[in-house]
Amino acid sequence: MSDVLEAYPQLLRGAWITVQLTVYGSALALALALAFGLAGTSRHVALRALNRVYVEFFRGTATLVLMYWLFYALPLVGFRFTPMAAAVLSLGLNVGAYGAEVVRGALNAVPKAQYEAAIALNFRPWQRLVRVTLPQAVALMLPPFGNLIIELMKGTALVSLITIGDLTFRAQQIRASTGETTATFLVILVMYFVIAQLLQLAVRYAERRVDRMLGRRPVRRDALPRTADASGAGAVKG
Amino acid sequence: MPPTDTAPATPEESSENVPAGTARGAPDVPPQRTDAPGIRFEKVVKRFGRNVVLRELDFEVAPGERVTLIGPSGSGKTTILRLLMTLEKVDGGVIWIGDRPLSHMRRGDRLVPANEKHLHEMRKQVGMVFQQFNLFPNMNVLRNLTEAPMRVLGLSKDEAVERARRLLDMVGLADKIDAHPSQLSGGQQQRVAIARALAMEPKVLLLDEVTSALDPELVVGVQDLLRDIARGSDLTMLCVTHEMGFARDISDRVLMFDQGQIVEEGPPERIFEEPAEQRTRDFLQAVLAS
Ligand SMILES: Nc1ncnc2c1ncn2[C@@H]1O[C@H](COP(=O)(O)OP(=O)(O)OP(=O)(O)O)[C@@H](O)[C@H]1O
Ligand SMILES: [Mg+2]
Repeated sequence: MSDVLEAYPQLLRGAWITVQLTVYGSALALALALAFGLAGTSRHVALRALNRVYVEFFRGTATLVLMYWLFYALPLVGFRFTPMAAAVLSLGLNVGAYGAEVVRGALNAVPKAQYEAAIALNFRPWQRLVRVTLPQAVALMLPPFGNLIIELMKGTALVSLITIGDLTFRAQQIRASTGETTATFLVILVMYFVIAQLLQLAVRYAERRVDRMLGRRPVRRDALPRTADASGAGAVKG
Repeated sequence: MPPTDTAPATPEESSENVPAGTARGAPDVPPQRTDAPGIRFEKVVKRFGRNVVLRELDFEVAPGERVTLIGPSGSGKTTILRLLMTLEKVDGGVIWIGDRPLSHMRRGDRLVPANEKHLHEMRKQVGMVFQQFNLFPNMNVLRNLTEAPMRVLGLSKDEAVERARRLLDMVGLADKIDAHPSQLSGGQQQRVAIARALAMEPKVLLLDEVTSALDPELVVGVQDLLRDIARGSDLTMLCVTHEMGFARDISDRVLMFDQGQIVEEGPPERIFEEPAEQRTRDFLQAVLAS
């Protein structure tokens, strides 16, 4: 065990990569989720079709296979990605597809009367969205988004397979050099858990802020409506 | 038929009523306007799928006139107000506000369906208060009142806040300026919603059963407020209500609808006391019984 703990600089470097992947991947996933989720609620058939194509394709694709494609296959036809870019792209594209469903579901769950009140006050179409519908939808999105981001963080363990030195990759190295299989995996199990808890805390903080905006005082997570919890990650609840 | 006043029998000041200290009437309500437009429905058709709700409906409301729409459920009253608020599109005919088409715009000497730009222009004249208030839950009371005046009318923050304070004062909720809609009673929410609509200084005000979602003891406060507004401004008002006493107080004319058609119309006293049509009598009977 002490051998494993002595390798802590390596573990910390790995954890830092894992955190970076999570942050960049989540940022990309959120941007894609918002863009394609909005497309999914559009009046225009073409935009709604775009939403369906994106969601169905990337939701149905294994992140690892996507990663292999970006890292090994596409260079053969002239598109070269750094391992980091390939990892962030594939994580973001995959989780973004689930996120787009969350965004679409949340926007559709905002009562139509709110949109109509915004029309009655003569808000422009984009103001209706930005000032009225979207802020209310965000409240519905946050709990499922929290789950998705934790899913994404756990998904980063796959990047060790395309030579990125994340937490899992470092653990493999330490295990090989010390021979301490149990201890090594126990340590990184705890480290992943800690990272997940930190993410959970951030999400809770965001939820509390949104609750205050909506005038709901004490936070009762169970009272929040859940929409399109497509991640299947319901068990991650802290 | 005796005078029908369905307002609650106990009009004592409840906490919902406008506080006694608040000045009522002309000085506090929006400034006098003499430029309120009239409204004209010209052979208006509205369908939902195969359900024809309005079949070539014609009627007019004079500038500054207060008209109450009554009629059984499903007769198309809400649909008429929603068409005026541009929440629905006409399937035929033309709606006019003043001398300008609402549902259409002029192209050369033809009328073509309105685009968003034209609708935006026309909506400046119209405000609506909904049965379910529909305050924005992501904003406090002040922002509910200032957001549209700032973002849509281009008022400065100071001007918008000043206007909001004046209106909140008028509706007797000056102390709730920082409250959140969810912290208000239904009656208070509806008074904020009325203030929010007036903050846009509409010339036509649409009221769709604005007290029917309220607990009985909260109805009076909202009705009193609307009476004062009716008295102290010269807005053109279209009001849907089942409260006959209230309708009598605020309206110049009552239109009785059934199946998207006007069955009978006239001054409230006549419609409520000597309805000429059997369908009107049946309807008034039913409302009284409920
Ligand atoms: N969005 C909609 N989709 C389909 N049908 C609708 C829709 N809105 C209204 N209708 C139909 O149009 C008719 C008129 O409805 P409307 O709401 O205007 O009646 P109303 O006179 O306001 O009735 P109430 O007194 O119950 O409010 C009804 O038959 C209703 O079912
Ligand atoms: Mg109605």
